[in-house]
Amino acid sequence: MTEPRQEPSHMVLRDARDQRVEQIIGKLLRLGVLLAALVVLIGGALLLAHYGHLPANFHEFAAADGALRSIGGILSAVMRGDSRAIVQLGLVLLILTPVARVALTLGAFIIQRDRLYILTTSIVLALLLYGLIWGRA
Amino acid sequence: MSILLLAVFLAVGSFGAGLLGALTGLGGGLVVVPMMTLLFHIDLRYAIGASLVSVIATSSGAAAAYVREGYTNVRVGIFLEVATTVGALTGAALAGFIPTSALAVLFGLVLLYTAYRSFRSPEDHPTDLPPDPLAVRLRLNSTYPTSTGLRAYSVQGVKSGFGLMFAAGILSALLGIGSGIVKVLAMDRRMKLPFKVSTTTSNFMIGVTAAASAGVYLHRGYIEPALAFPVMLGVLGGALLGARILAGARTLWLRRIFTVVVVILAFEMLYKGLTGGL
Repeated sequence: MTEPRQEPSHMVLRDARDQRVEQIIGKLLRLGVLLAALVVLIGGALLLAHYGHLPANFHEFAAADGALRSIGGILSAVMRGDSRAIVQLGLVLLILTPVARVALTLGAFIIQRDRLYILTTSIVLALLLYGLIWGRA
Repeated sequence: MSILLLAVFLAVGSFGAGLLGALTGLGGGLVVVPMMTLLFHIDLRYAIGASLVSVIATSSGAAAAYVREGYTNVRVGIFLEVATTVGALTGAALAGFIPTSALAVLFGLVLLYTAYRSFRSPEDHPTDLPPDPLAVRLRLNSTYPTSTGLRAYSVQGVKSGFGLMFAAGILSALLGIGSGIVKVLAMDRRMKLPFKVSTTTSNFMIGVTAAASAGVYLHRGYIEPALAFPVMLGVLGGALLGARILAGARTLWLRRIFTVVVVILAFEMLYKGLTGGL
């Protein structure tokens, strides 16, 4: 085996800082997932209490209820106490966790004044929000 | 079958899928869609929606554990996510035009390929190759921890890796899977990243890729709460338990069992796809 090339020390420092930022982000993500799972669990339990006895019919595709297909619709249905909307709210929270990860990574690159990666991360964030908010592809 | 009974079956099946997926490192999303469509005759679109959601849950849930090991290359991840998110949105746009039978065949082929790859062990790459000039400009070269301290590595094949990631994004959206197998292929084989870096960076990217198409599918009504909730909770629970008992577990025989399951599902998906039975 050949010895790895000696890297300049500032590079190792940069990696160490990247890793610390990533560790914080990782913990926040885990919290986000647990919160989402809790909301889904509550919604799911209520859903089964309300609709559990109905026959399951998912052989044919009939797009989910219109109110459950946009973030605004889900929020207003949650206000009415719709159990299915509570599940969807939890799922939206779940979809938002990787989005939050990208947003926090963007923040880290802004602090580091890393222009190239501020641009790259912004592109990824914009694509994610485009899909989630407008629902077009 | 009532909605309650179906939810119980789906939760149990998804728990098993998440557990096996975590223990074998092959991912649970791969067997969720075949389980829902072949076993419970659920429409493929609902299955894809529920599976994508569970993929996000396992990816984000495992993130904290992976990052602690210090292998993830954030720059490589973010750079390649441009390709996977564009791919995922492209796949979501295509999904409406591709017949279900063709998707089933594609799914079968991906399952077969995964089974084939699972028998091959990772090889270590020399870390002293001259880096791709593009990798230098994008500052992708980095270090990773080994038993003898931090070790530097350089990144190869940036362009072909980026292209493969676009394909991984399309597959993820079309089939509702994390397509970690294609992501690792791109980073391990093409870009010559150390294996641990490939797998952890791939996990970093899977959730982001799946979130891109999941947002679109939510608007299209693919995400049905009565199906998505037992699948998401089941896979997440199984994956978290799997990660906990992974340390020190002998996984070779589990891998063999899982591979056999994957092969059976692959032929079943191919058969149903080719005979139009899905």
